[in-house]
Amino acid sequence: MIDIVPFLEKVLSVSGLSNHETPAREIIAEAWKPLCDEMQVSRLGSLHALRRGSGPEPRPRLLMMAHMDAIGLMVTGIKDGFLRFTQVGGVDPRILPGQMVTVHGREDLPAMVVQPPVRLLPPGFAAKPVSMEHLLIDTGLLPADVERLVRVGDLVSFAQPPVQLGKSALSGHTLDNRASVAAVTVCLDELQKRKHVWDVWAVASVSEEETLGGAFTSAFDLRPDLAIIIDVTFAKGPGANEFNTYPLGKGVALGWGPNVHPALHNSFKDLAETLEIPIHMDVMPRMSGTDAMGVQVTAEGIPCMVLGIPLRYMHTPVETVSIKDILRTGRLMAEFITRAEADFVEKITWDK
Amino acid sequence: MKELIKKLIETPGPSGSEHVIREVIRKEVEGLADEVRVDALGNLIVRKGTKAEGGMRVMISAHIDEIGVMVTHVDENGFARFIAIGGVAPHTCLGGRVWFMNGARGVIGVEKIESMDKIPGLESFYIDTGATSRENCPVKVGDVGGFERPMLDLGARLVGKSMDDRVAAAVLVESLRQLKETPNEVYYVFSVQEEVGLRGATTAAFGVAPEVGFAVDVTRTGDTPKGAKMEVSLGKGAAVKVRDSSFIADPRVVNWMVNTAEANGIPYQMEVLERGGTDGYAIQIARAGAPAGCVSVPCRYIHSPSEMVDYQDVLNVVKLVTALVANPIKL
Amino acid sequence: MNTNATPTPAPVIGAEQLELLEKLCNACAVSGDEGEVRAIITEQLKDAADEMRTDALGNLLVTKRGKGENRVRVMIAAHMDEVGFMIMEDNEGGIFRFDTVGGLDVRQLVGKPVLVGKEHLPGVIGAKPIHFCKREELEQTIPLETLKIDVGPDNAGKVKVGDRATFATRFTRIGPSLRAKALDNRFGVATLIELVKHAPDNVDLLAAFTVQEEVGLRGARVSGFSLDPDLAIAVDSTPANDLPAWDDSENISYNTRLGFGPAIYVMDSSTIADPRLVKFLAATAEANGIPYQFRQPGGGGTDAGAIHRQRAGIPSISVSVPGRYAHSAAGLARIEDWENTLRLLQAALSQLTPAVLQR
Repeated sequence: MIDIVPFLEKVLSVSGLSNHETPAREIIAEAWKPLCDEMQVSRLGSLHALRRGSGPEPRPRLLMMAHMDAIGLMVTGIKDGFLRFTQVGGVDPRILPGQMVTVHGREDLPAMVVQPPVRLLPPGFAAKPVSMEHLLIDTGLLPADVERLVRVGDLVSFAQPPVQLGKSALSGHTLDNRASVAAVTVCLDELQKRKHVWDVWAVASVSEEETLGGAFTSAFDLRPDLAIIIDVTFAKGPGANEFNTYPLGKGVALGWGPNVHPALHNSFKDLAETLEIPIHMDVMPRMSGTDAMGVQVTAEGIPCMVLGIPLRYMHTPVETVSIKDILRTGRLMAEFITRAEADFVEKITWDK
Repeated sequence: MKELIKKLIETPGPSGSEHVIREVIRKEVEGLADEVRVDALGNLIVRKGTKAEGGMRVMISAHIDEIGVMVTHVDENGFARFIAIGGVAPHTCLGGRVWFMNGARGVIGVEKIESMDKIPGLESFYIDTGATSRENCPVKVGDVGGFERPMLDLGARLVGKSMDDRVAAAVLVESLRQLKETPNEVYYVFSVQEEVGLRGATTAAFGVAPEVGFAVDVTRTGDTPKGAKMEVSLGKGAAVKVRDSSFIADPRVVNWMVNTAEANGIPYQMEVLERGGTDGYAIQIARAGAPAGCVSVPCRYIHSPSEMVDYQDVLNVVKLVTALVANPIKL
Repeated sequence: MNTNATPTPAPVIGAEQLELLEKLCNACAVSGDEGEVRAIITEQLKDAADEMRTDALGNLLVTKRGKGENRVRVMIAAHMDEVGFMIMEDNEGGIFRFDTVGGLDVRQLVGKPVLVGKEHLPGVIGAKPIHFCKREELEQTIPLETLKIDVGPDNAGKVKVGDRATFATRFTRIGPSLRAKALDNRFGVATLIELVKHAPDNVDLLAAFTVQEEVGLRGARVSGFSLDPDLAIAVDSTPANDLPAWDDSENISYNTRLGFGPAIYVMDSSTIADPRLVKFLAATAEANGIPYQFRQPGGGGTDAGAIHRQRAGIPSISVSVPGRYAHSAAGLARIEDWENTLRLLQAALSQLTPAVLQR
């Protein structure tokens, strides 16, 4: 099986905030290129990679989508050489003070998020968390250089490099959702050795954290007959031990709820049981919080399955996953794709 | 252009009731365009140019609806209760005047204010049309009105209701006038129902299927006493949007706008808007997507009856919009 | 008005229709799991329909074609789903943690019987005895995470995480009124079934029995896209808040009132109704002597909210049967309002021509 860690470390070492995914896309494209027959970049920047199936044309199409965009910050103002900022995606301001970041100005600038001393803050911030509007970014450069190199709207990404926690776990920023991109890569690699009837479109989508823009537009463009959406879900860990969290390294979470076609869920469940791949039931009573929200309701509607890789510390720069869960997710998809018959979609019915 | 702006902002037309303003604009653009049509939701879609080599299908959207009110109940004494169409803030209402689409007029009153520290919600406000009973009230449930306020010309600056977004509609009309030759197929879309959720632009973008597009809208500023921290000021030029709360502008479109402004010596400023959305989002995600952005006219006191813009900024936005589509577009 | 249209026998609300509504209301179809209602409709319309299919989300799309020239392709949407619950965690011994699906007021849940899963296992939502509640607790809403569904120890093994549950309320007729769960929107479903059965020839009726309305108008979105009609009408049920105000002042936020007929929408949070359709429906009601009311413009949304934004735009409007206490264990509505809603829509369909959409 493919050693996915080097790929992950590489793709976790670049930025790629929502709608600005180019650095990540280039690394993903390089990894996918030998694994697919054809590659395109969508109008909005999503990466579409096709592996042609072996069935007669017209072949049914399967979409395997994982978003590649990262959360981060954006410069809103410059004051005496310090930068004010807002968020891209959902960022908890409480994790920001002292965080190392890269400011993507006219050149990349190493910097850090700083919490101004209490006397420089409005009353009331002696003990409570400082809100984002009062935090600053310090580049260490002289104000004149900052004015020259940085402008309003410049992006700021987390600079935390990935850290291996022993052999089985990896920590870093943007494992949400590049862990899932890695799972897709694993799947594409597995498919090298196998025959599949379906055309498989692997998509690394843009802007999930902001607008689901990649999900809507790529699904519209490719019009798949069914879609598998891969995203991270909550792993058990400090502060997250509720019923809707899953142990790290103990299997793949299978989504269930309005965003998921029940027959697809059941197919995956049966398959995982056959293969003895451990799974969790990820109950999503309303919306899944993934690209499936967009893909499912694109055009005439697309049957969706949601797979979740358990991840700790979501939306921090030290998100943590188990490598094993990534490999399992990739393998489960590859097995599903290999076994999918040409008339699979006609066979999945709503009412039995 | 001041006369045009005055005409457009003083015409009533809240979201869903754009028929009057649409006709006003249609008269302005009819001789200037290659094609004029109205789609199923009421968007006025105006094409100029045909796609030549190196040209693109471009959509430019300025919304022609405005915020307003809709009557929800007329009580036995003839007072009309109402809800907002779009983002109407209660503190801008008191003492305001309403002009209904059926011609009726009225003033806005409020129930007894219990505490001067707290602004009551819109449910405490009502419109007094001078009626004395439900029977002689000139409005009924479902009737729509806009706010009434004539334009004020302060020389360098213009003030009025619905600069958001009629000033941009004026920009589009003026740009149509100025655009002589283009290798692009340019769709100037005067969109409806933006204030209630970019609804017109959503369907217009589907219909036009642009390859690239942008909105022209107003944006907030940070240049008023103890105002929001925002790096946009009146008088500093066209604002190139990087993001707002509805979308992140395509970086290629942002660069195209910045480069065009610089190449043509048009003053511009970068904009990050933390509260508010624009038609740009609708263009970005229609069909298989299109690179999209927004050029903004800086505007103070948005969604009040006295929205203020700088006249030079408006002219600069016209220049930028026209320059953007006059030449082949390379993203 | 098209005077050439062949008169179709007008549908009525009789014993048969009430029986069907009863069956529909008693069925369980929480958003995302609409199969039971879909099965009832399929059975009802298999002979009347020209075409019938279930799409990728579970919408049941039924076509009834008319005859002759210039037929308007009109979509009527009625959502099949209802608000309810999903089982989230097995707390053992037949006790389960659950979450709500759709807009439910947590204060409406305590002490209600429910039905769980495809087998409709009986269960209850219990509450902590008042004796154990501290004074300050009595001031607070009981938090959802402390409420549980209890199916009893014997049936513990029959419930799975992910199962849906609904209120167990059974359909009842009380004088001029009906009391049932899920009148929002089995009223719409029952109405649309009758319309398909009696569809006039001047239109192609594209009936969409939609899914997932209560979690974001999701079924309507894709069915609007695929049916691509000339215009659309959502048939729903909307709250009648026609109760006295606490201080006996004039009730100025009733939304709708029972006994005043079908509620025509001008605006809600999701849609500004097409003004041409508002005018047409009101004129149709007046011409046919059918009572109607305008729903007070305000919040809420219907399938029209998703449909009108599809493709290059679809002129849309909503009409609702007024009903009290929507999204609770039991709603209450008047049979005459339902009948008048059906009459209005039937009249509107048979008088619909392309001229209605002229600007």
